[in-house]
Amino acid sequence: MNIMKEIKKLWIGIGLLALLSPIGLLATGDAWGEWSAAQFKKMIGFIPQGLKRFAGLWHAPLADYTVSGTADSTGYIISAIAGILLVALLTWILGKVLVHRKN
Amino acid sequence: MHIPDGYLSPQTCAVMYAAAAPFWYVAAKRVKKKLTTKTVPLLSVFAAFSFVIMMFNAPVPGGTSAHAVGGTLMAVVLGPWAAAIGISAAVLIQAIFFGDGGILAFGANCFNMAMVLPFVGYFIYRLIAGHAPFDSPRQWIGAAVGGYAGINAAALAAAVEFGLQPLLFHTASGTPLYCPYGLTHTIPAMMFAHLTVAGFAEAAVSGGVVLFLHKSMPGVLMQTPAGKVAA
Repeated sequence: MNIMKEIKKLWIGIGLLALLSPIGLLATGDAWGEWSAAQFKKMIGFIPQGLKRFAGLWHAPLADYTVSGTADSTGYIISAIAGILLVALLTWILGKVLVHRKN
Repeated sequence: MHIPDGYLSPQTCAVMYAAAAPFWYVAAKRVKKKLTTKTVPLLSVFAAFSFVIMMFNAPVPGGTSAHAVGGTLMAVVLGPWAAAIGISAAVLIQAIFFGDGGILAFGANCFNMAMVLPFVGYFIYRLIAGHAPFDSPRQWIGAAVGGYAGINAAALAAAVEFGLQPLLFHTASGTPLYCPYGLTHTIPAMMFAHLTVAGFAEAAVSGGVVLFLHKSMPGVLMQTPAGKVAA
């Protein structure tokens, strides 16, 4: 039993999921409670003051999993791959810090 | 279930950071004690899996969408404390790089998805799987039912956080300042999406992957006897 070999296979599976991720774009509706501030105008006729104030607090580089200049599905796949790498890096660092501190 | 900034008052966000902090603290301690150089790569695998599985939006009748989180799966394989760390990492990357979930709301989102979800999911999984042997169907059935329960518990927590806003934070004339919908609106809406769609997605992901690992990659589970690593 070689766990590293199995882990490698799991990473391949995750890579395949990244390539298939545009399937997630078929559901075009927003998740409940994740509308943009502007959408409130249409839904209830006004944008709540505090919501307006804090909604634009942070501008994410790949907002909504899009990459400017690319088609939605391409941007989604690039976002998936970037996100997977970033999450892997962050957990790797967390693991290093925690395990290192133990030794 | 990724609450954006602006939906919760800053006060609520502070309370939710305070609620999440002890979980992070204990999780770091538990994971430090149980994690080995062999299980760190698994934490990365399952956190990355959680990230990508959250991109698979499924349509919810009525025009919204919802998705699985993969949190109960991580709790079953690595233990709920490791899951708390792994999902928090995925939620942080989503907030910073993709604007999915707020920065102020990060504490609330972690409390719901990285804490309520894996702990409720894991509790139900243990109830069903008990001390059933490694290859017993109770393992994957427990993971599936746990997944369904966990994500619905998380959705309820988010619905309560949303729904308290108009009650607690409004102008003198009663105009809501943040999320304008009250509990009677947020709870049915969130629960409908998760009881009908996201719950089954999470159940399929948790049960399906646990079954797959048992059949095809027992090595991964041998390394981390369900829940022993960080439980």
